[in-house]
Amino acid sequence: MTTPINTFILRAAGVAKQVALNGVALTILHPASFDIRRGESVAIVGASGSGKSTLLGLLAGLDLPSEGEVWLDGQALGSLDEDGRARLRGALIGFVFQSFQLLPMLTALENVMLPLELNGASDARARAQHWLERVGLAERQRHRAQQLSGGEQQRVAIARAFAVKPALLLADEPTGNLDAETGARVIELLFELNREQGTTLVLVTHDTQLAGRCGRRLQLRAGHLEIGA
Amino acid sequence: MNIVRLALRMLAREWRAGELRVLVLAVLIAVAGLASVNAFTVRMHLALSQESNRLLGADMVLVSDHVPAARLIAEAQRRGLATAQTALFPSMVSTPQQSRLAEIKAVSNGYPLRGTLRIADAAFGADHPADGIPRPGSVWLEARLANELQVAPGGSIQVGYSQLKVAAILTNEPDRGGDFFNLAPRLLMNQADLPATGLIQPGSRVGYRLLIAGESKAVESYRNWLAQHLERGQRVLGVRDARPEIRNVLDKAERYLGLAVLLAAMLAAVAILLSARHFLRRHLDACALLRCFGASQRNIVALYAVQIAVLGVLAALAGVALGYAGQMVLAGLLGKLANLVLPPANGLPFLQAALAGLVLLAGFSLPTLFALRRTPALRILRRDGMAFDALGAASYLAGLAALTALLFWQVRDTRLTLMVLSGMGATLLLTVLLAWLLVLGAGWLGARSRGSWRQGLLNLRRRAGGSVIQVSAFTLGMLALLLLTVVRGDLLNNWRATLPADAPNRFVINIQPDQVAPLQVFFRSHGQAEATLYPMIRGRLTAINGHAVNVAAYADQQTRRLLEREFNLSYADRLMQQGNQLVAGYGWNSANAAPQFSVEQGIAEKLHLKLGDSLSFDVGGTPVSAHITSLRKVNWDSFRVNFFVIANSSLLKNISASYITSFYLPAQQSDVLNEMVKAYPNLTVIDVSAIMKTVQDMLDRVTAAVQFVFIFSLASGLVVLYAALAATRDERALETALWRVLGARRGQLLVAQVTEFAAIGLLAGLLAAAGASAIGWALSSEVFNLPYHFNPMLWISAMGLGSAGVALAGVAGLWGISREAPLATLRAAV
Ligand SMILES: Nc1ncnc2c1ncn2[C@@H]1O[C@H](COP(=O)(O)OP(=O)(O)OP(=O)(O)O)[C@@H](O)[C@H]1O
Ligand SMILES: [Mg+2]
Repeated sequence: MTTPINTFILRAAGVAKQVALNGVALTILHPASFDIRRGESVAIVGASGSGKSTLLGLLAGLDLPSEGEVWLDGQALGSLDEDGRARLRGALIGFVFQSFQLLPMLTALENVMLPLELNGASDARARAQHWLERVGLAERQRHRAQQLSGGEQQRVAIARAFAVKPALLLADEPTGNLDAETGARVIELLFELNREQGTTLVLVTHDTQLAGRCGRRLQLRAGHLEIGA
Repeated sequence: MNIVRLALRMLAREWRAGELRVLVLAVLIAVAGLASVNAFTVRMHLALSQESNRLLGADMVLVSDHVPAARLIAEAQRRGLATAQTALFPSMVSTPQQSRLAEIKAVSNGYPLRGTLRIADAAFGADHPADGIPRPGSVWLEARLANELQVAPGGSIQVGYSQLKVAAILTNEPDRGGDFFNLAPRLLMNQADLPATGLIQPGSRVGYRLLIAGESKAVESYRNWLAQHLERGQRVLGVRDARPEIRNVLDKAERYLGLAVLLAAMLAAVAILLSARHFLRRHLDACALLRCFGASQRNIVALYAVQIAVLGVLAALAGVALGYAGQMVLAGLLGKLANLVLPPANGLPFLQAALAGLVLLAGFSLPTLFALRRTPALRILRRDGMAFDALGAASYLAGLAALTALLFWQVRDTRLTLMVLSGMGATLLLTVLLAWLLVLGAGWLGARSRGSWRQGLLNLRRRAGGSVIQVSAFTLGMLALLLLTVVRGDLLNNWRATLPADAPNRFVINIQPDQVAPLQVFFRSHGQAEATLYPMIRGRLTAINGHAVNVAAYADQQTRRLLEREFNLSYADRLMQQGNQLVAGYGWNSANAAPQFSVEQGIAEKLHLKLGDSLSFDVGGTPVSAHITSLRKVNWDSFRVNFFVIANSSLLKNISASYITSFYLPAQQSDVLNEMVKAYPNLTVIDVSAIMKTVQDMLDRVTAAVQFVFIFSLASGLVVLYAALAATRDERALETALWRVLGARRGQLLVAQVTEFAAIGLLAGLLAAAGASAIGWALSSEVFNLPYHFNPMLWISAMGLGSAGVALAGVAGLWGISREAPLATLRAAV
């Protein structure tokens, strides 16, 4: 490999996604190639249905591309089995879903603790509590996920992603359900993490302000990627 | 109208989406199981009773002390029934050298209507089925009689005024039964020869029998007709009056089949409960949406009730079809295995099964439906669970009542149903309690442990409600499987053990007091040291507590006949012979204890006797009286010599008695008999090995039947287990995918899942073993009257297989998900 693995945390080469709908192959993401350097902050923008969530899922190895390859920290995701990808995710990635995806029967605290425990962290509880405080949910720790409001659930999901101190944070509209003030606080947190720990940020957003703070933009139009400045 | 259309549209979509498979499967297997088991049981029952027809030689018998009127026979023939007649009387028969008392049976063509006569060409030679009855002019003799008369086939004997040819040795007579201690050896002759013998004179004591056989409905209606036309001295015997020990076997068989049906029904209910809950839970969101759009509670109930009803009817129809195929396959298999010809099944059991399936479906899905009705529209915003209200709780009670009614109807045995129900109920209650305890314990343990299994243990508590339900369902499923496998095996083994291979097969009667000592020497020298000789004295019961016995006061036919006959009394220095068990009072231990009687429990009940009552017998003109000091339970299946009434020696020893004994003689030692009869010509030897073989055959058939019925209960047990797993599969699938997103490795997932599933299986196994032991104990001691043996393997295998099985099945169900890219699962789940 000619490029030092340290430079790029993510590389996408000709990544495309097709799905079969009623027997007809539908291309929802046309081949896209780009690299993301360590410590960078990148915004993925585009209209609804343009393929942003699809691309983010592929970058995290939550789904496999129909064509092309994604390298995460120098590892080709396609060459790993699902277990290998999970291990890599556990070690590197924090992910915030557009639809939160909390475990409904776990409390807010347990949801945040879960990835820490899976990584064998000894101070899981303290760290989880710390991050819940930082997203403003100190009082809601013992509530079950399904009892929380949409915005609260989103913040738990963000705390869950932050708590593992990921090298790469992938977030799908992390401020979509939040009021301006809370949203601004979450954005501050994201960039703090980026500054202090060198966390690479890849954010899907409709929020032009948030997109503007990112170092670079990837624009999606009906499944076609246009790489901006 | 609108609702119905919407319901059908939803159903069609759901059907294609495959969401309803579990519910349909539960109802389908329930109905198929019930239909197969019921139809099969009905057919088995018919076949088994036809087996006992053989022991009667007919489906029904008219016993008469005079020649049955021609119009009775004509009426039977008019109804398309087969008839045959027999006349039975004792008479001396002779050769020029010897003469002997024989029990002569003159039979008409067609005899026996059920079963077959078997004959041999030489005494104690190999036998074969006879072709018809003795031809006019010839007779068949029992080996004993041929031996005593020293004639062989080909010779001839004098019967009354007639000289008849001995054509064969009679080895098996299907309806040979009754009190065989009273019987002289058999001589079978043709009815056509009877008048010429001149043996039947006015006043001769002849027992006439009219044998009837045919289609069961016709027999039944003829029996009703006959009841109106019975004359004095006539009574009707049905298959149930055939030999009591065979009856006993049939009763046990019926109970066992009933038990298997009962379990299949209960499991079906559990499966329906689980899958209905699962189905309706999945529709909480849809309900909340409908509420948002303004649907009334009634609309919601109607919407789902229509779906469930349509589903139920379709599943029931499929179940009936499958049940029909199932019972045919079973009948084919059983016919081959046990050589039984099963009569065709009628439609009734299928209709009943379909109805039962629908009743269960209604009873166990309505509660959830009523809870669904109350879904708040707010649920769309806030995902709360289901709220059970009073109506929901009430309909669970209704479901339970429906199940209970079904069980009663199925088993038609209140005691058995109540016992199994209460056993199940207690187990369920205990299960729920213990499951809660375990869940708390697991939470406590999980909170204090590290590693992936911490999550597994914690999950048990997080899913507390679901865990308890799952443990309960697994417990019920496993309980049924255990009852049907291990306990069934134990019961059957115990049952068969009550008839050991070396049970006595020969009885010797008419032993004179002075022959007792030499015979004991003879027995010892021929390896029959065990043979005990019991004195036997015949006496008529004349008074109870000083009041003359009034036969007419007893309603029960059998009891009346017993009182009209003479009892076989015995006496002993010490009470208690093998196979007897003291159930009340005290026995005696010495030859000079005060005069007293010990009475068999069953006869005591029939005659309303209790401890302390005094009995008076007329023994050959000598009055004998004493009090009852003990009651005994006698194992009549054992084929040992047993007496209803035993006195102590001081009461009867001065009255002249003959002696009786029984022993086991292996087939190849039959010459011992010839030697004995030569040495003591007055002895009468009775061979019961043929009767015993019939009983053994029956046992084998019953065992085979039970094995087959078991398959259905097993299937419904598996559906319960499947339903229990399926109930949480969606939730677990989502969880698995999210764990993967968060970077959980396969090993971590596996440890967490296995911990949770295995804990559930372990507890279920423990509880099921406890329940099965308790029910097995109750069944064997209370219903089957067998000793119960504690079986540690039951516990070990239940817990081992429980945890391993549930863990394996649970993990296997999630295996695909843990390999798949998580996004696919998440998208499917949202
Ligand atoms: N598994 C799938 N099967 C069929 N179509 C799919 C699948 N996944 C995504 N799509 C389609 O691909 C397109 C892109 O989806 P995606 O979720 O990536 O959009 P998005 O850009 O995130 O939109 P939004 O801003 O609304 O979240 C959509 O039209 C969606 O319906
Ligand atoms: Mg999206």
